Amino acid sequence: MPPQMTGAQMLWESLIREGVDVVFGYPGGSIMPVYDALLDYPQVRHVLTRHEQGAAHAADAYARTLRDQGKVGVAMATSGPGATNLTTGIANAFMDSSPVVFITGQVSAEYLGTDAFQEIDVTGISLPITKHNFLVTRAEDIPRVVREAFHIARTGRPGPVLIDLCKNAQNDTAPFVWPTEVRLPGYRPPQRADEDALAEATRLLAEAQRPVILAGQGVLMSGAMPELRALAEKADIPVAMTLLGLGALPLEHHLALGMMGMHGEYFVNMAIQHADLLIALGMRFDDRVTGKLEAYAPQARKIHVEVDPAEIGKNVPVDVALLGDLKTVLRQWLPRVAEARRPAWREQIAAWRADTQEHDVVHKTRRNGKGPLRGPEVIQRLWETTAGQDVIIATGVGQHQMWAAQYYRFPQPYRLVTSGGLGTMGFGLPAGVGAAVAHPDKEVWVIEGDGGFQMTQAEMATAVQEGLNIKIVVLNNNYLGMVRQWQELFYDRRYSAVLLHNPDFVKLADAHGIPARRVTERREVDAAFAFARQHQGPVLLEFRVPPEDNVFPMVTTSDPLHEMIRRPEEEPHVERSDWAGAAP
Amino acid sequence: MAMPHTFVVLVENKPGVLNRVASLFRRRNYNIHSLNVGTTQDPRVSRMTLVVNTTPEKAPLIEANLYKLVNVIDVQDVTDRPAVRRELALIKVRARQGMRTEIINLASVFRANIVDATPETMTIEVTGTPEKIDSLIEMLGAADVVEVVRTGVLAMTRGTIEGARHLPGAGGR
Ligand SMILES: Cc1ncc(C[n+]2csc(CCOP(=O)(O)OP(=O)(O)O)c2C)c(N)n1
Ligand SMILES: [Mg+2]
Repeated sequence: MPPQMTGAQMLWESLIREGVDVVFGYPGGSIMPVYDALLDYPQVRHVLTRHEQGAAHAADAYARTLRDQGKVGVAMATSGPGATNLTTGIANAFMDSSPVVFITGQVSAEYLGTDAFQEIDVTGISLPITKHNFLVTRAEDIPRVVREAFHIARTGRPGPVLIDLCKNAQNDTAPFVWPTEVRLPGYRPPQRADEDALAEATRLLAEAQRPVILAGQGVLMSGAMPELRALAEKADIPVAMTLLGLGALPLEHHLALGMMGMHGEYFVNMAIQHADLLIALGMRFDDRVTGKLEAYAPQARKIHVEVDPAEIGKNVPVDVALLGDLKTVLRQWLPRVAEARRPAWREQIAAWRADTQEHDVVHKTRRNGKGPLRGPEVIQRLWETTAGQDVIIATGVGQHQMWAAQYYRFPQPYRLVTSGGLGTMGFGLPAGVGAAVAHPDKEVWVIEGDGGFQMTQAEMATAVQEGLNIKIVVLNNNYLGMVRQWQELFYDRRYSAVLLHNPDFVKLADAHGIPARRVTERREVDAAFAFARQHQGPVLLEFRVPPEDNVFPMVTTSDPLHEMIRRPEEEPHVERSDWAGAAP
Repeated sequence: MAMPHTFVVLVENKPGVLNRVASLFRRRNYNIHSLNVGTTQDPRVSRMTLVVNTTPEKAPLIEANLYKLVNVIDVQDVTDRPAVRRELALIKVRARQGMRTEIINLASVFRANIVDATPETMTIEVTGTPEKIDSLIEMLGAADVVEVVRTGVLAMTRGTIEGARHLPGAGGR
């Protein structure tokens, strides 16, 4: 006889069977039975965030940084406002294909559709931002639904799955039966590539003189780093990476180019634009990486290796599609790939690279040691300070994010946690919380802007309560910098609603009992980093950086990828008349 | 060039599945021309016939996006396949004395049935391809037509091999 349990107990029993040992969440009326039962499962750590969005981002980051262990993030919230507060985080996980299971409380089934207190159509709201969702009205369905939800979240193209759990289903008692298999007749993600397509891909590669691999987050999701490296080395193919693909190949590898796209380096985009073959691995030709579509890599034939058939030909027509799990497909393909050496192509790229180096801001400022301390330099110094120590970087969205992507030379996969597809400001700190919970042995650095930090700063309290080793870097330019940059470049410097009169970030940290320092000068940087690392637990460093600095190079979405705004010669504006009005 | 594409979609017979399909079409900005849902020989499976105005380049993406719905078991674009396509329409026309014979004659040419009559009106039931129904309506003359309702197209490919849609466990895709 299967044991009798309440739905709430079944939920925890099921989560534990799916390998869950951490849940991020926030309680409320419609999920109280689940929270009550939680007390009987001490093996599960519940992290109470200060906002449901924080729980969602934390679970997202947890999943991304533990992808190699097959972990799925879990975030839970109550019905109504709890669920709606989750939605930004659900959308973020959806856009970045992050395997997260969201659990929301719901009013009892008999009240569904009656506009009862805190009743909101959560499955309706989350339909377009989840891979799949479930409404559970009966206790006995819980084990099967949990099993299916985790299976869907972690396999194929990963993504968020939501379970909306009616209160009666949490309270009712039924026999607990853990399903031995997942039965989803309509869910069959492709596994192995088609033989004909493989033959065609092999032929295209054999004919290519100037191939470039475009490595996306799919490489990380499928754990295909060794196969990527083997392909690149065997056929001598340089590797450009998307923002979320950074770490797929260590940047120090001789074939690693770096980040492509809107703020990718000049030589990376030049290589793509001059390629005669692009091999896209688990990336989706987003508008932030292609520039003007009609002028994208005009001479290149394209091989697209993807697990999601709906990505094939969505933005860019491709010559061959290899559908399947990336790691599996590359293993199928590798034995057929011929060894090749391409000295001429590599030399050409090296020449573009040297030219890029020449224009590099940090290179220049550090050579003459003059000018103000700038954002990129802070990041580069952080990279030098932490090199070889396997730290995790979580970022917000904006200029600081792009500088982090450009100047932190990611040596490993799963070490950059950033919001790509949705571009969610405020992602940094809650993502840092999730990463720190996932990796208690590692230092987690959060790089946020002064704007984004204020969106989710309440999670400082979570970091303190959980004793997380998070080092928060706020790059304070007193602006919504990225928007200001666009207003400078495309709206004739008409600055509209971008100036921030900020609180005193050091005092703010102090109120949480978080040691903090403000840095304004170049000579203070190293000491500040040392200070942060001396303290176990959360620390905040505010860096004052020039208000009108820009992220370059830059390609607008209406320009071809190689027509970049390069880095200018002159220093950014440092003084702004009203800057003095901000906090000291 | 955009033209009508016909998709046969087998879905799990569960609450909310129609909403998922409709939501997908709204979200991806696909233009549904007609949508028909009904039961099949298997009570666990419902069958949709969708006609969508789209280009040959975009049609595979629609198919792929339908496949991404977890409750969608099978999708087939039957636009260029030999298939039986049928639609049913009810057409109510104004029919006073003196016009009735003409209407009855027209209906018989189209193998349509008169299924209701009142002193003022007659209701015609017709089955056939959308083109056939279009032309009957045209022949009846817009002025005399009071009300039209059409089911949208149902489609089934010809023969046993192509027409046998693979169900769960029947080889997959
Ligand atoms: C939730 C949200 N709101 C608005 C935006 C639009 N946006 C993108 S970057 C940016 C400015 C970010 O400012 P800050 O956090 O100070 O970073 P900075 O660019 O100055 O480094 C804004 C407003 C966004 N991406 N996300
Ligand atoms: Mg800012």
